[in-house]
Amino acid sequence: MIKPRTLFDKLWNSHLVDIQDGDLIYIDRHLVHEVTSPQAFEGLRNGGRRVRRGKMTLLVADHNVPTTNRSNGIIDIESCVQVQTLEDNAKAFCLEYFGMEDIRQGIVHIIGPEQGFTLPGTTIVCGDSHTSTHGAFGALAFGIGTSEVEHVLATQTLIQHPAKNMLVRVDGVLPVNVTSKDLALYIIGKLGTAGGTGYVIEYVGEVISSLSMESRMTICNMTIEAGARAGIIAPDKTTFEYLQDRPMSPKGIMWQNAIAYWKTLTSDRGAYYDAELFINANSLVPMVTWGTSPEDVLPITGCVPDPVVVVNPSKRAAVERSLIYMGLIPGTPLTDIKIDVVFIGSCTNGRIEDFRAAASILKGKKIASNVKLLAVPGSGLVKKQAEDEGLDIIFREAGAQWREPGCSMCLAMNADKLDEGERSASTSNRNFEGRQGRGGRTHLVSPIMAAAAALTGKLTDVRKL
Amino acid sequence: MDKFTKFTGIVAPLPIINVDTDMIIPKQFLKTIKRTGLGKNLFNEMRYTKDGLEISDFVLNKPAYRLASILVTGSNFGCGSSREHAPWALFDFGIRCVIAPTFADIFYNNCFKNGILLIKLPQSDVDQLIFDAKNEASPMISIDLEKHEITCHDDICIKFEIDSFRKHCLLNGLDDIDLTLQKKNKIERFEIHHHLEQPWL
Repeated sequence: MIKPRTLFDKLWNSHLVDIQDGDLIYIDRHLVHEVTSPQAFEGLRNGGRRVRRGKMTLLVADHNVPTTNRSNGIIDIESCVQVQTLEDNAKAFCLEYFGMEDIRQGIVHIIGPEQGFTLPGTTIVCGDSHTSTHGAFGALAFGIGTSEVEHVLATQTLIQHPAKNMLVRVDGVLPVNVTSKDLALYIIGKLGTAGGTGYVIEYVGEVISSLSMESRMTICNMTIEAGARAGIIAPDKTTFEYLQDRPMSPKGIMWQNAIAYWKTLTSDRGAYYDAELFINANSLVPMVTWGTSPEDVLPITGCVPDPVVVVNPSKRAAVERSLIYMGLIPGTPLTDIKIDVVFIGSCTNGRIEDFRAAASILKGKKIASNVKLLAVPGSGLVKKQAEDEGLDIIFREAGAQWREPGCSMCLAMNADKLDEGERSASTSNRNFEGRQGRGGRTHLVSPIMAAAAALTGKLTDVRKL
Repeated sequence: MDKFTKFTGIVAPLPIINVDTDMIIPKQFLKTIKRTGLGKNLFNEMRYTKDGLEISDFVLNKPAYRLASILVTGSNFGCGSSREHAPWALFDFGIRCVIAPTFADIFYNNCFKNGILLIKLPQSDVDQLIFDAKNEASPMISIDLEKHEITCHDDICIKFEIDSFRKHCLLNGLDDIDLTLQKKNKIERFEIHHHLEQPWL
């Protein structure tokens, strides 16, 4: 009898080229952006090497691009050079590139699925840790460094160590106003920021099956924040419906054959997992981070924690450091924390569903006078869809800035950043020190929690709005 | 890639857990299109004030550690962003080895591609090395990759484990791409088979 295998085992084995000197796995899809690729292309040039499979490679500028009027190009010289370098490399190596003026341009992890470049059963890499997003389609997708980007460009393969398997089962029903972002934050709180190190996490259960592709992507996206390089969800009807008729999806008889193959991409009954976590979603509440690691998460009904009660000395020191950086006093109710900026966007929550959800909270209302709200669609196509639905008008009438697509304030490489001491409610993925600007203080939340915070000017329980 | 065989250097203690790659090299320095020159901005926001002045109590600004080449630190070092700028910045500063209880996965891979040895040790050993690095007049240790050994001040020896392939590449300064290109025939054979199985790719 064949040993039952997990979905990860199947994906790994179906891409194994060689097992001598480490496992060599084949890469089907390579997404490339401007920040982590210039040195890789330089390496190719220096070695006199070509790109092995150009058609499996897609380039887009996202990290550095301005989200304000782009008609004058990029003003920051270094950012401009980096984006220009990407464009030059696209031409020199004959690779598909979505430039800043292309409506398909956007955050690399938004455009892959949107174009049907991301497909079930594939291996997908990108020089960006949030590549885990694409695992929502039943692909093995993970972030890599620049040396590995060069390796994939040159060989279409990577030398990797197989991961361990972790199962996260989420049963029950997500309560009203509790979203996949809250679930993702809850899981990170349970596992810790290193709890997933060395694992690929497979998400299963009633809740996961009932989620849209957008919501599934949010969960897989945040998987890296628990230390796991990849999260995966077996493809199903929801996946197929999302992918049908996308520009790069298979068509005709090929589509039928693909579906037949994709339906086999499930974990076998009795497959072994090295670790398991079971969650009942019925009692979940909206979550918010208070510290400087994504694991520093609490229900919005909670209070700023007291380091005195933390037993582990390293962890206690980390909590003390976080509280000083965040300017918070233990025991303060989280809903008393005032905020200055709200950011809605990023590869975590920059899809159409996220803007619809936030707009449903903002509709007909005005944001607090002391708050700046940035709404940054994840791609040109998300922006257009939102505008076709009139969402931009809701955002604008509420007092928000409706911007051009890009990574924006998630990592603040462009002009969108927090000033020292400014505090944000952000739908992005990281609350690290300085992440959104030196001295900036980040609270991670869902899009509806972000919208609620924008209306009141403080962290707010969206259920009580 | 530079070879790594035996190495003796100054140890700098950084007893913080979950040091992320944003801390190691903040985003404003990711706009470069080169691998070099990042060392002066290693740990920028911990090391300098907003106005660019050195913060005197940050470890790498203290006279004893300015020339450190080994970092001993807390668990989950290198978490967060996949930016290889983090190991480039460490290397450019002069760091050749980082010792911690655990490392984040992508950072771990990235360091070995750049000739930086990462050593995982139990928390108690790390605590001792941090204590020594803080209290010794001259906090030096020696690392022998071939023998998997760290030798401390009073000839105390700590053994460490390392994956044999990574060790082989570091010892010989091997380029992964060259190694993989030697398997060109295997890759071609795989591609034919893979195309038959998933022709829509």
